[in-house]
Amino acid sequence: MAIGRKKSRYGMVIDLDRCTGCGDCMVACAAENNVPPAVAQATPRTGITWLRVYRVNNGAAFPGNRTAFIPMLCQQCGNHTPCATVCPQNAVESDAATGIVDQMPQRCLGCRYCMAACPYHARYFNWWDPVWPAGMEKALNPEVSPRMRGVVEKCNFCHGRYHEAKLKAAAAGREEIDPADYVPACVAACPTKAITFGDLADDGSEVKRRSAEPESFRLLAKLETDSKVYYRTSREWVRTLAEGPLVQIEKGARRG
Amino acid sequence: MLRGPIWFAAGFAVMLSAGWLVFPRALYQKSSQPIQFSHRTHAEKAGMKCEDCHSLRADGAFTGIPQVDKCAGCHAAPVGSTADEKLLVDRYVTPNREIPWKVYARQPDNAWFPHAYHVKLAKLACEQCHGGHGKTDSLRAYESNRVSGYSRDFWGASLQPATARTGLKMSQCEHCHDEKGVVTGCIDCHK
Repeated sequence: MAIGRKKSRYGMVIDLDRCTGCGDCMVACAAENNVPPAVAQATPRTGITWLRVYRVNNGAAFPGNRTAFIPMLCQQCGNHTPCATVCPQNAVESDAATGIVDQMPQRCLGCRYCMAACPYHARYFNWWDPVWPAGMEKALNPEVSPRMRGVVEKCNFCHGRYHEAKLKAAAAGREEIDPADYVPACVAACPTKAITFGDLADDGSEVKRRSAEPESFRLLAKLETDSKVYYRTSREWVRTLAEGPLVQIEKGARRG
Repeated sequence: MLRGPIWFAAGFAVMLSAGWLVFPRALYQKSSQPIQFSHRTHAEKAGMKCEDCHSLRADGAFTGIPQVDKCAGCHAAPVGSTADEKLLVDRYVTPNREIPWKVYARQPDNAWFPHAYHVKLAKLACEQCHGGHGKTDSLRAYESNRVSGYSRDFWGASLQPATARTGLKMSQCEHCHDEKGVVTGCIDCHK
């Protein structure tokens, strides 16, 4: 059955000119993937944000001052996936059929080597056991297994939603999923439709077309990780900042 | 002069029996199902098929064990005169309360098993995995592992020899997938 199955390369194009920094995607991501509210002592480094929107600034004086927002998530590297190559537990895998870099938190021993290896700082460690405020546990997503203290987790393109799409296809007797059924939570939540998601291996797909446009680029492209998350902007300063060292995005301004 | 070897043999026997006989029994906690249920009676006397109660929904989700309103369809009043029949009607059907079945086949939270794939695409018969479960007269005691809380085995399974009661292991999933040439990554079965 699945022998000759189609090879997909799921990816996305994030239009930075459309992102208003509202943070809807971050909320939708946490709700979809059972990420609990951060504990009081959590910091940006120790909290868990599979998807995080950074604010960057061009640093110019008043009339010329401009702000942009850069959503950062696992870039789903396809070439020598840095986190997968260093994991001593085989807890990370670059899935051959979908291109999704998949994390198995139940296998993770918590060494955090993958976090050190990840050039995009998109991996997060559970410093505390998850606690949901009373009543909120009713909103947990049964399609996603919660994680425990001591393991690393990250964005996996909402694989719970991927499973649901697969189920729906199987129920209808189809092996291939309908692309319309597989839409990650952040993509569905974005009010400005800044994120285009789809199969990069499908030449007819919107995401493939947009990723090939000259305005599209990838973060830290010189590392040749063949990441599957593209960004696009027509603003030169945003592109220069985003293509540079990651610290520029994290600190919100151009360095030097 | 023989005291040393005798003590050694005695200690060896004690530890061996503790490891082989006592521990495997102590590890599991036995409990009975809330009421007895005969798959055979339902299949033979009522002429029902597996999918009459255990079906796939349109979105591909498996319904598992039916809810009590399904039972109420036939058992609004006791059918027959057994004590369990009376219990079913009085305790569950009349007050419309769900029966707290203990599910032998329940898997850990991070395992994702799509019945739709196995039944619709691979066209496996129920018996291929669940063995003779559908022909049994009564429900066996449920044995849960005191450490993990999971069922000792997935009862009725023909995936493994009847004597191997070790629970369903990932290697058993992989074995069958290998035999049928089904390629899967982690993401295909884990959530």
